[in-house]
Amino acid sequence: MLLREIAHARAGDKGNISNISVFAYDPADYPLLERWLTADRVRQHLRALVHGEVQRYTLPGLGALNFVLQNALAGGVTRSLALDAHGKTLSSALLTLEIPEAERRFGTNAADADR
Amino acid sequence: MKRIRIGGGAGYSGDRIEPAVELAEKGDIDYLVFECLAERTIALAQRARLADPEAGYDPLLEERMRAVLPLCAAKGIRIVTNMGAANPLAGAARIREIARSLNLPGIRVAAVLGDDVTDILRRGSYLDDGGLPLDRLGERLLSANAYLGAQPLVDALAQGADIVITGRAADPALVLAPLIHEFGWAMDDWQRLGQGTLVGHLLECAGQITGGYFADPGYKDVPGLARLGFPIGEVDEDGNVVISKVAGSGGRVSAATCKEQMLYEIHDPAAYLTPDVVADFSHVSMEEIGLDQVRISGATGHPRPPTLKVSVGYVDSYIGEGQMSYAGPGALARAKLALAIVEERLKLTGVQASEMRYELLGVNAMHGNQPGITPAEPYEVRIRVAGRTDSMREAVRIANEVESLYTCGPAAGGGATKSARDVVAVLSTLLPREAVAATVHMEES
Repeated sequence: MLLREIAHARAGDKGNISNISVFAYDPADYPLLERWLTADRVRQHLRALVHGEVQRYTLPGLGALNFVLQNALAGGVTRSLALDAHGKTLSSALLTLEIPEAERRFGTNAADADR
Repeated sequence: MKRIRIGGGAGYSGDRIEPAVELAEKGDIDYLVFECLAERTIALAQRARLADPEAGYDPLLEERMRAVLPLCAAKGIRIVTNMGAANPLAGAARIREIARSLNLPGIRVAAVLGDDVTDILRRGSYLDDGGLPLDRLGERLLSANAYLGAQPLVDALAQGADIVITGRAADPALVLAPLIHEFGWAMDDWQRLGQGTLVGHLLECAGQITGGYFADPGYKDVPGLARLGFPIGEVDEDGNVVISKVAGSGGRVSAATCKEQMLYEIHDPAAYLTPDVVADFSHVSMEEIGLDQVRISGATGHPRPPTLKVSVGYVDSYIGEGQMSYAGPGALARAKLALAIVEERLKLTGVQASEMRYELLGVNAMHGNQPGITPAEPYEVRIRVAGRTDSMREAVRIANEVESLYTCGPAAGGGATKSARDVVAVLSTLLPREAVAATVHMEES
């Protein structure tokens, strides 16, 4: 299952830094996002584009994660050679992440165990 | 309890004007805010001002003001905008003349001055955010503007301004200033300033909170996007806000649209640095209280930073670019051949470039060759070659090597475009806030 099936995202830019915020459509999926969608996983997925550190901030009250990607905009919006200098489409690149089926079941079982 | 209604009338310089007119006409608003300055806009405007001392304000100022001024004057809606860009003084004078030509006497227009710190930076020794000395830029430095906070805008409103026009000010300050003015918030009431900054941040991109930059058919559907309405924030004296839009306009205001906008261009949600407050959005809550109505509260704040961010515009380099399309059977192979030809020719002719991109639009131009994804053979594909150079001459040579594929490249290339331009880039530095003195200049129609 693609991340896109359970989450939506938006990318923003400041200088050579991109931020991608990710939101669970269903609050019940937020724990899965928080557990599985780590900064390392995001950096690995976007390694062809992002050349710096990735920092993650969590907002459980909004079912949201915010990723801050350093050195991610080909030198920065105002000097980049890229067609999408702002990195507006990076949010869509992130949503192509494949969530392993076992991860989804892990979340479901955990919820069952709580009950 | 007193409530103030603020409309977000523009999210960038070229934004649509019709939704702002709709806000003025049907939004029952007290203030209309136009945020029109991107990072680099002011550097480009400074250039226009050097060529013509009466220029340097937003190129759409005239059209926007003519569209909304009669309605705003009739309804007593006050306007706050950063359309002054590199020349708020000339912008204010222009608005005064527009008001006179529309037969609207007695309109008070305040220009907020003092953000231009180019001379301060030229006289002193400062480092940029990468730790390098700014004086290395020499003649390439075009502009330096400090992000002003809300105070001078509040002063302008207190002096009776119907319209406040600034150059560089923190985007949320355009909304925070009316709130401080109306509710009498103290400039160290960090909690309310934090919540007011959140309101400003939510409104500053206009349609981006009402369903713009959001729709994804089948996943995130937005009704009537062609008639997208712009947002209204109804704010109480504690800064709690209900975000909505004009009834009957297109778009959608939902918790999801508001969440996306809240984190747009935010790094640490607990520490959003502005000249007025370090705002903390980490415990914000949202509640849908009706169709297209979301109540948002819970932001707070911490004492403001001692320094002001300064945005420095400079001529960085030159970019030459060319594009060409191929279609039908074998399009991808011909496009790849075209890229290889251009690359070899640029080497053979010794074109000097510090950075090059060879891309296939529709295949790999956005995200490169993504691991694990093999795109299907496209029916049509467009090549793009872009290179960074130290001179306009070299940039033109890159662009020309793409265009000449017409006669000297693979079969049936069409639709060539080319461009060569200098790159005005932006970097940032910090100044102690005491070094920046903001003032207000009032005009009247």
